[in-house]
Amino acid sequence: MSVPAVIELRQASRTFSGHTPVQALRPTDLVVERGDYVSVVGPSGSGKSTLLNLLGLLDRPTGGSYLLDGLDTGTLSEDDRATVRGGRIGFVFQSFHLLPHRTVLENVLLATLYSGVPRRERHERAHAALERVGLSNRLDFSPAVLSGGERQRVAVARAVIAAPQVLLADEPTGNLDSTTTAGVLDLFDELHADGLTLVVITHDSAVSARARRRVRIADGTLREAS
Amino acid sequence: MRVPRLRLPAVRERHAARGTRRVVPRGSAMDRFGLRDLLAESAYGIAARPGRLVLTVLGTVLGIGSLVVTIGLAQTAAGQISRQFDAVAATQVVVEPATAQSASGQRATGRIPWDVEDRLGRLAGVEQVGALASVDVGDATITTVPVHDPSAATLAQPPVVAATPGLLAAVRGTVVTGRWFDAGHDERADRVVVLGSRAATRLGVNRVDSQPSVFIGDRAYTVMGIVDDLARRTDLLDAVILPVGTARADFGLGALEQAQVTIAVGAGPVVGEQAPVALAPNNPETIDVQTPPEAPAVRAQVQADVNAIFLALGAVALLVGGLGIANITLLSVRERVGEIGLRRALGARTSDIGRQFLVESAVIGLLGGLVGATLGVGVVAGVSLAKHWTPILDTWVTLAAALLGGVIGLLAGTYPALKAARVEPIAALRGGA
Ligand SMILES: Nc1ncnc2c1ncn2[C@@H]1O[C@H](COP(=O)(O)OP(=O)(O)O)[C@@H](O)[C@H]1O
Ligand SMILES: [Mg+2]
Repeated sequence: MSVPAVIELRQASRTFSGHTPVQALRPTDLVVERGDYVSVVGPSGSGKSTLLNLLGLLDRPTGGSYLLDGLDTGTLSEDDRATVRGGRIGFVFQSFHLLPHRTVLENVLLATLYSGVPRRERHERAHAALERVGLSNRLDFSPAVLSGGERQRVAVARAVIAAPQVLLADEPTGNLDSTTTAGVLDLFDELHADGLTLVVITHDSAVSARARRRVRIADGTLREAS
Repeated sequence: MRVPRLRLPAVRERHAARGTRRVVPRGSAMDRFGLRDLLAESAYGIAARPGRLVLTVLGTVLGIGSLVVTIGLAQTAAGQISRQFDAVAATQVVVEPATAQSASGQRATGRIPWDVEDRLGRLAGVEQVGALASVDVGDATITTVPVHDPSAATLAQPPVVAATPGLLAAVRGTVVTGRWFDAGHDERADRVVVLGSRAATRLGVNRVDSQPSVFIGDRAYTVMGIVDDLARRTDLLDAVILPVGTARADFGLGALEQAQVTIAVGAGPVVGEQAPVALAPNNPETIDVQTPPEAPAVRAQVQADVNAIFLALGAVALLVGGLGIANITLLSVRERVGEIGLRRALGARTSDIGRQFLVESAVIGLLGGLVGATLGVGVVAGVSLAKHWTPILDTWVTLAAALLGGVIGLLAGTYPALKAARVEPIAALRGGA
């Protein structure tokens, strides 16, 4: 039996019901193998975040199915989906989502609370993750005093601390200038080289160019780019 | 320069027996948002906005504080009232022979033995015992000079009363001058008397150092002293009082009419039960004992009156306090949707989110309760000090009041916690924060 793909969408679609229903994602097939570095690029409103929310189990497809690591996520309860999210998926958001009243270290430790990282491993892992993103000297800083690039590296450290199967990033450089963008993209390269699977969503073709595999999305339709 | 590679081992999975193995949380159940994590996260949530915390707990502080003050002042006042009550009435017991109705009127069915002082003095809770009887002197006149002039107009005679040596203390009398007779006078049947202060005035006796005499009929009795106060039997102020032994010898006194007993506070029921047995072991029903009303009944009644109004005020303050917590926690949930979305993305279940907000508001309520109870105790102590009262406040009232704050926080936090648990992660994560 072969190793299952980390991500496999089978005719997955998402329609937002409402006054005028919006089909944000048309029925889509997508397979992301272990160790892939995939970028999804498309204009604003094309359905990128909708796709990422499905992949991150923050949302459910209205049609088709989604297998994560060979597991059909459609059969899971909400609590099980939360557990899978905590243990197997790392998120990086455009607006960082760091807690302003907590230190850098505490923000990273937050991801160990819900993912079952043994208590005595938590600090060790957090230090290792922050060292990995080059912020060992910022442990007790408040996120408020960090630059945008540093904040996003804290978020990356938080995303990888529980050793997830896949890192999902939604416009990770959307709030960064070109210099700090380069720093974060270098970090993604390194994580990919370490064997992590990445799906990075962006509307910036310079960012998507760094990925090994590029997928274009327009009007809710996915298309492999050469 | 390259940063070191990330070498984080995958978190070990615990394999469950059934097919759900892939879903089972990694690590042990204790490692996934345990009680310690819950409390720590709640504490951070509360401590993040200290200024708001003060505003949030204000209502609860006032509510719990006013409850504690109300109960404390009611208890203190009741204690004060029953203390005053104790001083005059709650420590006095009166013992008399039982009476029965007969053809010739009321007739005593029992008798108080001559050694009543010894018998009752042995009972626990009894402090002073004395007994007395009125003495029938026939038509003997009472004067300070021996008169034999039967034609002289007879004035109203002062009553003659026989008393045991303990009576003075038992009726709370004081000696104005001279002294009260003792057991020796009683045994020897000495011809001595003590005058009540009004009787002394009437007989024109105001000093005893010259050993004046009072004549009852033609027998002379030396005046030993003059007594006053006699709060329990103010009628004795008009009396000429002589020892029981003397009254038996000279006037053939047949029986004691009444015993006066002072007791310790609260000893009433016990003394009431034991005194008849001590005095008439074979037929205790022939002795009547009047004990003071029980102090707790007095206290409870006063307390109920005072409490009703102020407890209502306290309850209103608490309701306002609870609504305050609910309101501000709801506001806090709205402000923290970004945080809630993030926690959900990191693997928090809806119940984890709900529990966190519930614990936060319960702890806020408990804090308010503790501060309010402390302030309340301070106010009760301050008021008591100013009024020279002894502050009385049950410890459990204070503790229960503090805990009540926590319960109110818990109730107030229920709706906001449900709201927080229902926050949609996608919607929450869309915005900044
Ligand atoms: N909750 C929602 N309800 C209705 N329509 C939505 C909702 N979320 C997104 N959409 C619509 O779906 C489309 C895709 O949105 P989104 O995935 O956020 O695009 P992108 O991230 O590529 O900018 C847009 O037209 C958007 O208006
Ligand atoms: Mg988007």
